[in-house]
Amino acid sequence: MAKAQLAVGMTIDGFHLEQRLHRGGMADIWRVRRDDVDFPIIMKVPLLDFEGDISLLVGFEVEQMIMAEVRGPHVPRWVANGDFAVQPYIVMEYVDGPTLLKRYFDRVAPVSDVMTIGIAVAAALADLHDQHVLHLDLKPANILFRPTGEAVLIDFGLSRHEELPDLLEEQFHRPTGTPDYMAPEQLFRVRSDKRSDIYAFGAILYQLTTGRLPFGRPARMKKVRRRVWRDPVPPRNLRPETPPALQEIILRCLEPAPDARYGSATDLLFDLRHPDLVELTERAVRMQRSGWRTALGRRLRAPMMIHKILASATKPPPRPPIILTAVDLRPDLEELRQALLETAASALANTPGARLACVNVMPTSLIGIDENVDAAGENIHVHRLAELRSWAQPLQLPRGKVSYHLLESRNVGAAILDFARSNHVHHIVIGAPMHESHAGKVVAHVTGEAPCGVTVVRAAGGSSHVGKGDWQPPDQAA
Amino acid sequence: MQRRPRGRSVRRGSGIVMLIALLADIHANREALTACLADAEGAKVDRYVFLGDLVGYGADPDWVVDRVAGLVEAGAVVVRGNHDAAVADPSEGMVAEAQEAIGWTRSRLDDPQKTFLANLPLTVEEGDRLFVHASACAPDTWIYIFGAREAEQSFMATNRRLTFCGHTHFPALFHATAMTPAQRHLPAEGRPTPLLAQRRWLAVLGSVGQPRDRNPAACYGLFDDMRNSLTYVRVPYDADLAARKIRAAGLPEILAARLTLGI
Repeated sequence: MAKAQLAVGMTIDGFHLEQRLHRGGMADIWRVRRDDVDFPIIMKVPLLDFEGDISLLVGFEVEQMIMAEVRGPHVPRWVANGDFAVQPYIVMEYVDGPTLLKRYFDRVAPVSDVMTIGIAVAAALADLHDQHVLHLDLKPANILFRPTGEAVLIDFGLSRHEELPDLLEEQFHRPTGTPDYMAPEQLFRVRSDKRSDIYAFGAILYQLTTGRLPFGRPARMKKVRRRVWRDPVPPRNLRPETPPALQEIILRCLEPAPDARYGSATDLLFDLRHPDLVELTERAVRMQRSGWRTALGRRLRAPMMIHKILASATKPPPRPPIILTAVDLRPDLEELRQALLETAASALANTPGARLACVNVMPTSLIGIDENVDAAGENIHVHRLAELRSWAQPLQLPRGKVSYHLLESRNVGAAILDFARSNHVHHIVIGAPMHESHAGKVVAHVTGEAPCGVTVVRAAGGSSHVGKGDWQPPDQAA
Repeated sequence: MQRRPRGRSVRRGSGIVMLIALLADIHANREALTACLADAEGAKVDRYVFLGDLVGYGADPDWVVDRVAGLVEAGAVVVRGNHDAAVADPSEGMVAEAQEAIGWTRSRLDDPQKTFLANLPLTVEEGDRLFVHASACAPDTWIYIFGAREAEQSFMATNRRLTFCGHTHFPALFHATAMTPAQRHLPAEGRPTPLLAQRRWLAVLGSVGQPRDRNPAACYGLFDDMRNSLTYVRVPYDADLAARKIRAAGLPEILAARLTLGI
């Protein structure tokens, strides 16, 4: 398989080589052009003579196979794969943005940036996982950003598609991946747990927050295994202004047992988007890593811990479903809200592990009533949140099982649908006031386009009626 | 079942655009075969390949043989399975209920149908593909390819890149390179799997007429020669009717009961 030396001006399968952008240890990146492709593209060409290293051959096969499957804004758009027998390559969209590694090389990020980056990367991860792909080598060098802010994940040479053959499964006797960010189960060759990516995500966020890797840069495999029993120094110790919610999120991602981490990237994304709703545990306030006695005890029990890690990595993770309840707070809909509460209660009872998201949509026009927009807006916010809380109060849900959201939009249905989509809501419960055509349209809009099941609730007596003067449909308001 | 194509994989040569339906282990199940053929027609297949065991177990051997023979006249490929062989050769070793069913099957087939079965080839090769009922390794000994070891054995026995077979009634997909041993993959239903050109592949198609992987839906494969991908398709069919016919024919009860359970 001797390959011709590639040079500027050459043409391979219709792709003109214009410039070598990067020479890496394993692959060259060329900027290329083909007349029928109307967006910037690059060609990734593996460097090594494959016969020398079988793992590189298989890694490139994996990347070709997975790149051809994945789609959407969080991966480079795939164009073509080159035949192994002639010239292997992958042609894909050129994403012109710095990697996370370049952006924050050797420096910490402001806390607000950590949250923004975290949300973007978690959203990309959730999208990838939805497409049945596990990245398994997530690190700052493999994360790019589009000018529009979306994170783009690259380098799928160690990845796994749940529905396609795992070419790497029996290939290696040593673990694959970057030890700095690698989940403990990956040390034991587990390649089937999406929560391995969540662990790597936690390590990245830890590094952005503290400027350090959670477990340093171990030179030998023996040291890499420490993460099974040793906990990292809490971020608040290294950077006291770290919000407790952020520390909670990071340390939960870095739990050695997959079951103790977030069950899915979607759940992780939810917490990053709503830090004020994060259920804080002892992890949030920890200031020191555990003392030497605890560490020693854990070290001695490490074989049991490894057993636990493998047991939880090889069974499917629990996925707490979200039930969205759209609560209409207008005064004379008391009966409807009562019916809504009862339906929400039974939906929760019938859905093990479910979480309730109470949503109220404020027409944006309401905020502009007072000249003092901010003050008025905030007053309305506070008042409505209190109303939402008091509505859900009879359910007596613990913190972490319920959340409250005020959405501002002129289009009530679209706001509910957006929320349902971006939070992967499992079920929507919505009330339909009697004899009210506008509310009926909202319900029809939601039921028509919902990405999940919808329960429409009416007041038991069917006697709710149109209120007058206290609320105008948003599309008619000034 | 086909997903929309994205971009284009660069391939050498100029293969004719071809979609091939692969059907194994029909076992005289008229309802299952009808459902699979209708599904394949809906997918606009260009060719049919029958991977053996047209008869045995089920209640419609004569109808199935005639249907397949008709398709063969129109260009379909068919290879011989152990049950097809047992019709002419009672010395083929089999479990009791299979033996009983073959005896009954023999009584249901006329001479031209028996001749058709007796003259089927053990293997058919075309291009980089091999079609065989059980294994490329000693095909007339009917080796079951359940694991990587048997797959490896089959890979060694042929120099074709792709082997398509049946016999086990369990869908499975094996792949290997010159430097790596065979690995087993459980194919996901309805997901086109690229049969990467630099690897060798052995596809066990599962069964049309008597699935045993706890999914009673009929199983067959669609091989896309242009995109070099294989999709395992599941087709629900009227298994209750097929089971009733087996009971009405006086065949062993287990042959009826297993159809509705997929065991």
